[in-house]
Amino acid sequence: MTQEAAALLSVRGVSVRFGGVVALDDVTFDVQPGQIAGLIGPNGAGKTTLFNCLSRLYTPSSGEILFEGTSVLATPRHKIAALGIGRTFQNVALFDRLTVLENVMVGRHSRTVASFAATALRLPTATREFRAARDRAEDLIDFMDLRNVAHWPAGGLPFPIRKRVELARALAAEPKLLLLDEPAAGLNHDEVHTLEGQIRRVRDVQGVTVLLVEHHMSLVMSVSDKVVTINFGRKIAEGTPAEVRRNPEVIRAYLGAEAA
Amino acid sequence: MDFFVQQIAAGLTSGAIYACVALGLVMIYVSTDHINFAQGEMAMFATYLAWAMIDAGLPYWIAFGLTVAVAFAGGLFIQRVVLKPLENAPVLALVVCFIALLSIFNALAGMIWSYTIKQFPSPFPARDVFGNGLVSVQQLGVVAVTLVMLGLLTVFFRYTTLGLAMRAAAQNATSARLMGVRVSWMLALGWGLAAAIGAIAGMLVAPIVFLDPNMMTGILVYGFAGALVGGIGNPLGAVAGGFIVGVLENLVGSYVIGNELKLTFALIVVVGVLLLKPAGIFGRVIVKRV
Repeated sequence: MTQEAAALLSVRGVSVRFGGVVALDDVTFDVQPGQIAGLIGPNGAGKTTLFNCLSRLYTPSSGEILFEGTSVLATPRHKIAALGIGRTFQNVALFDRLTVLENVMVGRHSRTVASFAATALRLPTATREFRAARDRAEDLIDFMDLRNVAHWPAGGLPFPIRKRVELARALAAEPKLLLLDEPAAGLNHDEVHTLEGQIRRVRDVQGVTVLLVEHHMSLVMSVSDKVVTINFGRKIAEGTPAEVRRNPEVIRAYLGAEAA
Repeated sequence: MDFFVQQIAAGLTSGAIYACVALGLVMIYVSTDHINFAQGEMAMFATYLAWAMIDAGLPYWIAFGLTVAVAFAGGLFIQRVVLKPLENAPVLALVVCFIALLSIFNALAGMIWSYTIKQFPSPFPARDVFGNGLVSVQQLGVVAVTLVMLGLLTVFFRYTTLGLAMRAAAQNATSARLMGVRVSWMLALGWGLAAAIGAIAGMLVAPIVFLDPNMMTGILVYGFAGALVGGIGNPLGAVAGGFIVGVLENLVGSYVIGNELKLTFALIVVVGVLLLKPAGIFGRVIVKRV
């Protein structure tokens, strides 16, 4: 199929078992370049497990994950960022004692190449790279509206701002695909609305394809081009938000059998 | 008054050396959460290498540079070969490993160079700075070398992408890995830097206490005291702590308890800081979520 060949991310028959528990069971779907794809499912459906496979924190028991035709599973974890996949965490994993600007700069690490020798000798490459990383980080600070807190340690900032820092840090690596793990969790109504705009701008301005795992239905339904639903580790629906919303299996998963 | 100024100057000089040792300890502590008990012996061993090079006819500063480079490579090597396989070992296993390294280096130095005390040259003349017997060029030189080193390290950690990556790796290994940082190599770099800093400390202290395989034993205790006073997770604090311990030790030694009890004073400082202010003066209290 031509559509499959053009996919940016291709998840094929991925299964994950933790001992006797099957967390993911033969999940298959594609994400096209430029898409905003949503991954939904009730608690414990296996969404975060799938994410952790994509960023190589877990290794599936079977199946294959292709990114631009390259096997993600054959790539070591520290090369994932260089491959073009960035991610954020549900519980926000920032470097607490670094400033916001420094956090974003570390995000660029996979794009810098200065060796220890070059750095130690302060060769022009090392300084040039440091400056380039800082300039790019400064741009993203503005893009994510973090100018006021740029020089504060990330540890003391309020949760919604920390989430924005994490998003900026993920963008610093210039990913082609950005994985967002529950970006709306812990945000209030207005903040979710802002986030929706930011996700759109990430795609439209930065040209990044987005795959988001989210509980917040109205956010997923309004921002996504395509929604994949999983339940008990199995894919139960895939399609446009309107199609998925009408799907009886999805309604059953979320509201119980009688509602369907 | 003159005597007081002399004591302060002497205190700052030994403080500079404690600061170097403390800095080496902090370098490994921040990246791995471990205290390297072999820090002193690694420094001593490197100093012997420098002595051997100078003995073979190399000029002082060339031997100095070579020793720092060799020590750096040695630290890197120890982390890759000895500690990497123990990555997931319990803390006690590591403590035993550090103590083993300590006695290995001590015995090796004794075996190769014998236990007789050797004289180690100083690059700085013993002459006075102001000609009034208060501060010697040697003392000023030791303090200057320490401050220059601190400056270079600050620039490295603040203004290079590699330094930034090392700090990130120390704070959150998983996240750092996902940013493309090779965490395990960052730890190795930390060890290399610690060994290089230790080598400098050894070469600075050897002209004062003379070179023998046990030269760093007492100094390591002062280094601990300095690192703890400043806050063991904070490089700047460690240097300040080193200077504070050096000056206090000299003043207390000459005015209160006499020279024999100086080392006891350092141990009292260690116990006192751990009891009263475990995070140190410049340290932050770290709350671990479980």
